[in-house]
Amino acid sequence: MSAVTSAVRLPQKGAALVFLQRYGVYLAIALLLLFNLFFTPNFMTIDNFRVQFIQVVPVLIVALGMALVIGTEGIDLSVGAVMALSAAVIPLYIGYGPLPAAILAVLAGCLIGLANGTMIALIGVQPIVATLSLMVAGRGIALLVADEQLKSVIDPGFLALGRGTIAGVPYSVLLALVLVGLVAVLVNRTTFGKQLVSIGGSRRAAELAGLPVKRVLITIYILTAALASIAGIIQTARLSASVPSTVGNLIELSAITAVVIGGTPLSGGQVKVLGTVAGALLLQLIAASLIKHNVPDAYSQITQAVIILLAVYLQRGKAVLK
Amino acid sequence: MTDQLSTAAPAPVLEARGVGKTFTGVAALQGVDFTLRAGESLALMGENGAGKSTLIKVLTGVYQPDEGQIFLHGEPASFAKPVDAQHAGISTIYQEVNLVPLMTVAQNIFLGREPRNRFGLIDFRKMQEDARALLATYDIHVDVRRPLRSLALGMQQMVALARAVSIDARVVIMDEPTSSLEAREVETLFRVIGMLRSQGIAIVYVSHRMDEIFAICETVTVLRDGKVVHNGRLTDLSRVELVALMLGRSVEKVKRGGVTAFGEVKEGEGEPVLTARDLSRKHQISGIGLDIRPGEVVGLGGLLGSGRSETLKAMAGVMQLDEGSLTVDGKRVRSGSVAAAIKAGVVMLPEDRKAEGIVPNLSIRDNIVLAALPRLSRAGFTSRAKQDAIVDVFMKRLRIKAASPNQVVSELSGGNQQKVMIARWLAMNPKVLLLDEPTRGIDVGAKAEVQALINELADEGLAIVLVSSELEEVVEGSARVVVLRDGSVERELRGSEVTEQHLMAALVGENHAPADESPAEIKERL
Repeated sequence: MSAVTSAVRLPQKGAALVFLQRYGVYLAIALLLLFNLFFTPNFMTIDNFRVQFIQVVPVLIVALGMALVIGTEGIDLSVGAVMALSAAVIPLYIGYGPLPAAILAVLAGCLIGLANGTMIALIGVQPIVATLSLMVAGRGIALLVADEQLKSVIDPGFLALGRGTIAGVPYSVLLALVLVGLVAVLVNRTTFGKQLVSIGGSRRAAELAGLPVKRVLITIYILTAALASIAGIIQTARLSASVPSTVGNLIELSAITAVVIGGTPLSGGQVKVLGTVAGALLLQLIAASLIKHNVPDAYSQITQAVIILLAVYLQRGKAVLK
Repeated sequence: MTDQLSTAAPAPVLEARGVGKTFTGVAALQGVDFTLRAGESLALMGENGAGKSTLIKVLTGVYQPDEGQIFLHGEPASFAKPVDAQHAGISTIYQEVNLVPLMTVAQNIFLGREPRNRFGLIDFRKMQEDARALLATYDIHVDVRRPLRSLALGMQQMVALARAVSIDARVVIMDEPTSSLEAREVETLFRVIGMLRSQGIAIVYVSHRMDEIFAICETVTVLRDGKVVHNGRLTDLSRVELVALMLGRSVEKVKRGGVTAFGEVKEGEGEPVLTARDLSRKHQISGIGLDIRPGEVVGLGGLLGSGRSETLKAMAGVMQLDEGSLTVDGKRVRSGSVAAAIKAGVVMLPEDRKAEGIVPNLSIRDNIVLAALPRLSRAGFTSRAKQDAIVDVFMKRLRIKAASPNQVVSELSGGNQQKVMIARWLAMNPKVLLLDEPTRGIDVGAKAEVQALINELADEGLAIVLVSSELEEVVEGSARVVVLRDGSVERELRGSEVTEQHLMAALVGENHAPADESPAEIKERL
């Protein structure tokens, strides 16, 4: 059978391409760290890494959810608005204690996810359109909830989420690690995870195999919103303030970038959890490296754009190889 | 053939000589000669993949031929794009109306060539009057100010036709124009076609409905595997002969025993496991009833468009029914739910394996366990050990050739992919297996294996419904054959009747069909 051997018989150039697709993001991180080791003073220090990790947490958590929807061949543009809504809900209920406030914030975010999922799975609205509408409407709702005001949050228990550490590791980073682990298990070890990638690989085939396609899709959008809400809570704790007008602005773009450069194809059917983590870290490191060298932020954005193009180009190469 | 006609017939409007077209090494058309004369109505016939649509696309400028030449009114012509062909007077009416649904009837008719007033603006009044007058010439009376989509599908088709003809068309190509029309609408269409022909407009008519072909077409060109296998008058052919030409077999050849790997087949005994009654869905199937018993393979015969795939889809819960009921082991199965059908034990191998069957990016293991996954999991967590046990059994039993169960399924050959699909369903312990073209696009060796497997599964007591466009597969694989035509059961062949000859006759709606019947006798019956 020629088909059996074809994977082995890839031409040399193809093999390099496959390597880059699979490990390119890790390679890029390694190169960047190497560069900083030699050219950036005080970069390779524990303090610096602690700061970098703290800063990457919101994007990373949002990107985890984004990886799930992209795995189903969808997209979620409303994650920033969900963060804003969850941030707006916190000061309203912080009087009941940090945990009830956080739970209510996540529930509020999940409502947006439910709206996304319903439109996409039941009505058949394209994901980009459905989530675009909630990206706009969601932030509007958040501003209404917050009375269009910035509110400071001073509950010490809540603020610990932004500042507290265990053995030097910030709570928020630990929480992110736990979430990475949960999503990885969900994707790789559960029926739900397999159904998710099957839907992304071929929705029609999944339907004809009797999978609960609609239910899975709705759940995914709710999960993504839940993750974004958690990111919104962490961000609020870090800022000691609920800022629904700006929190999560443009985060959907960073999250999509992290997912794509992490090796999850936009065409769905695969979810790379570790790759997504690496993608988010790479973005953070690039931004940090440029800042340390006093390069204006505008260049950081341009660099991001170049990386996105490169990552998408590499994935396209994969499709051509097949 | 064409020379015989040329003495009496008018000059050719559109011709193709030696046209060839190749797609990535596969010849879709080879040395195709095609002649269409003014006022002629020509049926372009052929089974799936025969090259009909490629030829139409070459004639209308969608594709450029790799070889050969197109002639228009005797002059060499080449169309770089569809609009060139339109300007040259070749219009095409597709199955789906491709006009602008939200615009009015008049706007659609004059789209891109609206009458202007002296300020250069669109003269709506004139446009509406012209549109009304144009439609009236074909005896179509409709408010031209209504948006197109508010009209019935058949009426939309008429509007498309009127538009096509009003652009000075000399040739109108119709690709399955009646597939979504009501009987009454079809009559109107035929009347319009008659009027067009009397104006000297030539018609190319593509349809799988034999009745229509014989009712309105004069000449026929039959394509098979990209080549023209017949050119001539339709009245010189019987229906059976036409089908034989399309399928590429002669009645004599059929008598010479089997070509498939099926062993002995027998009718099932006992109570039917699956009972379908009055399965109906508008435009697709109507009043179909079936009884399938354990241990038998029932063939579902029918030409393309006869409703055979739709019947399977209805039973598998893929297609919502307007009416009808399906019972498995005496229990009613909810229509329109794949999950309900699977739960009841009815599973379907879809016709389009690549688009509807496999999940290409997943491994063989994941593809096999796809449907059975919840059973192989505990509290939602998958169990690799349970999966491997099942996957191992089926990979061995079905002889799936692969490097390992981890191999990505899209790397497998078509035959092995099909076995993966069969394994997916067998893992569900089904009672009824619905097979839609199980051996299409797989190589000869794998084909024989799949056929032998179907046999074996029936022997083990599975009830199987087999749809195949290969006659010998249906005839040799099935104990009895239910023949569908135009969405209804035409007749059922049992025992000694299960022969290609009987099947072919039934496909075209001839109840007792000696193949040597004269064309005149057939005409009489039409």
